[in-house]
Amino acid sequence: MRRSADSIWLIGGLLLVWQAVALAAGPDALASPWRTILRLGQMFTTTVFLGHISETGEAFLIALAIAIVAGLAIGLLIGLHDLSARIAEPFLLAANSVPKIALYPIVLLIFGIGMPAKVAFGAIHGIVPIAIFTISGCRNVPSVLLKTARVMRLSQAETVRSIVLPACLPEIFTGIRIGVSLTLIGTILGEMFGSQRGLGFLLMTAIGLQNTEVIMAVTLLLIVFAATVSTALIALDRRLHRGG
Amino acid sequence: MVALWRLLLLGVPIVILEILCRSGAIDRITLPPPSTIAVDMLRLLGSGRMNTAIANTLTHVVVAVAGSIVVGIATGALVHRLAPLRRVLEPLFATYYAIPIYAFYPLLIVVFGLGDAPQILIGFMLAVVAVIVSTLTGLDSVPAVLAKTALVHRMGPVATALRITLPYAMPHLFTGMKLAVAYAFIGVIGAEFIMSRTGVGYEIRYAFDNFDNATMYPLILLVLLVAVVVNLGLDKWERRLMARRRGL
Amino acid sequence: MIPIPPAGPPSLHVSLRAVTRVFRTEGRVVRALGPLDLDLRKGEFFAVVGPSGCGKSTLLELIAALAPPTEGTIAFEGQPITGRVPDGVGVVFQENACFPWLTVADNIAFGVRRLGLDGPEVARRLDHALTLMGLRDFADAYPAQLSGGMRQRVCIARTLVTQPRLILLDEPFGALDQQTRLLMGDELLRVWRDTGATILLITHALDEAAMLADRIGVMSARPGRILEIIETGWPPDRDSRIVADPEFGAVTARLWRRLREESVTSLSGTSLSGTSLSAGAR
Repeated sequence: MRRSADSIWLIGGLLLVWQAVALAAGPDALASPWRTILRLGQMFTTTVFLGHISETGEAFLIALAIAIVAGLAIGLLIGLHDLSARIAEPFLLAANSVPKIALYPIVLLIFGIGMPAKVAFGAIHGIVPIAIFTISGCRNVPSVLLKTARVMRLSQAETVRSIVLPACLPEIFTGIRIGVSLTLIGTILGEMFGSQRGLGFLLMTAIGLQNTEVIMAVTLLLIVFAATVSTALIALDRRLHRGG
Repeated sequence: MVALWRLLLLGVPIVILEILCRSGAIDRITLPPPSTIAVDMLRLLGSGRMNTAIANTLTHVVVAVAGSIVVGIATGALVHRLAPLRRVLEPLFATYYAIPIYAFYPLLIVVFGLGDAPQILIGFMLAVVAVIVSTLTGLDSVPAVLAKTALVHRMGPVATALRITLPYAMPHLFTGMKLAVAYAFIGVIGAEFIMSRTGVGYEIRYAFDNFDNATMYPLILLVLLVAVVVNLGLDKWERRLMARRRGL
Repeated sequence: MIPIPPAGPPSLHVSLRAVTRVFRTEGRVVRALGPLDLDLRKGEFFAVVGPSGCGKSTLLELIAALAPPTEGTIAFEGQPITGRVPDGVGVVFQENACFPWLTVADNIAFGVRRLGLDGPEVARRLDHALTLMGLRDFADAYPAQLSGGMRQRVCIARTLVTQPRLILLDEPFGALDQQTRLLMGDELLRVWRDTGATILLITHALDEAAMLADRIGVMSARPGRILEIIETGWPPDRDSRIVADPEFGAVTARLWRRLREESVTSLSGTSLSGTSLSAGAR
């Protein structure tokens, strides 16, 4: 009950700030919340816009699938052995802190312009946190549970399957949750260049045409979508971590 | 032993790339041999051609980092004191990094023009929430018993903040600062790449648009090296600070 | 020389001979245990007490084959212990070892499902364990919803269902309050009588050892050796009310007399990093 009241305050507050800044900056610089929502609504009635959304959506989902599968595979392969986890640690840290946009030209050169580049770029963004959290989850399995597995004379495979994996699940999920958000960001970024369709492309076109309303409408859509997905996943994450 | 494996993990792919490039399996248009890129990078730095761009990027990053640290810690401390405000803002902090901050970049350009401000602001926006959250975590971590100890010693609020709260929360604050550096760097380079007229990010974009691999790859290597060295260095420092806490 | 009082020919369940345990950690050499000799008789309840850091837990890990002895031999049911945990051994750890993602019933059944027993047998053993440990009402609860004492009951129940012949407990009640500990002691005695297993209980609580055990081994400060073994001579059908028996006071006093010196050594001689000042002499 209280949570929803707080959310109302937060969203209301943000809308107020937005409105105030729009008033101060003038209609040419910034569109007001109401104008933006209207524009967005109008855009939704056009098939062109829906086409852009489906393009981005498709790229995002493929990139996410790749990121999850690859991230989990890498994470488990590395995380299940102490030595490999220690060796890989600085590499993962480096992967996490590098401005991936600097790699974008290379991605474009390898994959060419279009869907593959977008998907690759999005996947790169998502793989890293998923792998990192999977490894961390494996390493954080309480040693008493591993000792219990040995006392019960479980084989390596059984231990991984029936104890390590269930124990890691909450942390793996956190990694996937963050991976979802970052994959979306990466996909949009990837669309901003070298693409003729998609929301990222739409954004760049609007920038070129100085079409403030479209810029803000697309931005609003992206923010609302990202925030909604993230909030839903956070709620799921919390439930998983409470151990039920 | 571990170091040896790491060296192999780093070295073997580079050697393989080198062989593939030199043998022509990978053509020069896609990727020049790593050794060439490295040499070109040194030559580029030596020629001084990129000095303005590097200086610009560095300035942007430093200002973004400084701003985000000051604003972030102050905001964090304020939000920590005002529990209702914290409750309202908490979901914002939790979902902040899911949001494509770059989406605000066009708006910043519209409002501030194509100067330095938008890049610095993007870097700031990416970094500041990490500092706020770390400050909150750090202040949360101070056990109530230390506050009671301060009272028993009849310390005022300022003294308590400076001599107990701040030192205790310092490792978390340092984490926030480390993240600020990483995110500000990512934000600034990204913004420069997307749409800018100055900075290393812009130079990479310019080189890419003009098929200038000889400039583009060395610059990318430079960015990667700087990011890795700075971040791993800060991470090592952070770990040493944390280790003292854990009584090793 | 360990003063083993003469008795009828005891069938030895576990035998340790000249066992030591030395390991390296972070560049330091730690003499954790030994040289140590010990015999456990089949079906007895044996407690081990000793000052902190003396190697009690290490002793348990050696017997459970979770760690190898540096020197010496350990035999279980006449067979020397190799790298693998032998069949028929159950262990209850001090830390909470419940699987947080399983219900109480699934936790307990975990051990047996692996043994390839058929459905009815699993259900029968599960039912028996739930009843014996007073967990029937909590069968569908998750460990996170239970108190510390209840969680330890789940861990004991999980050990029970495998019908072990040797049960090792490493300070299982250390994290619980005194009253709960006394009640858990009663439960442990019930388990002992019900299973007929040999029990080795590591504890730092002298009264607990004095109350529960047939024999108590007193360990020295690190590196731990057995200084003395005290026979309590309690009847097999005892429970916690034995604390009213004057013999109980005598046993506890004897334990403390022996331990007091060792504890002082241990307290003053152990630095923050755990190396004993007196260890160099050994």
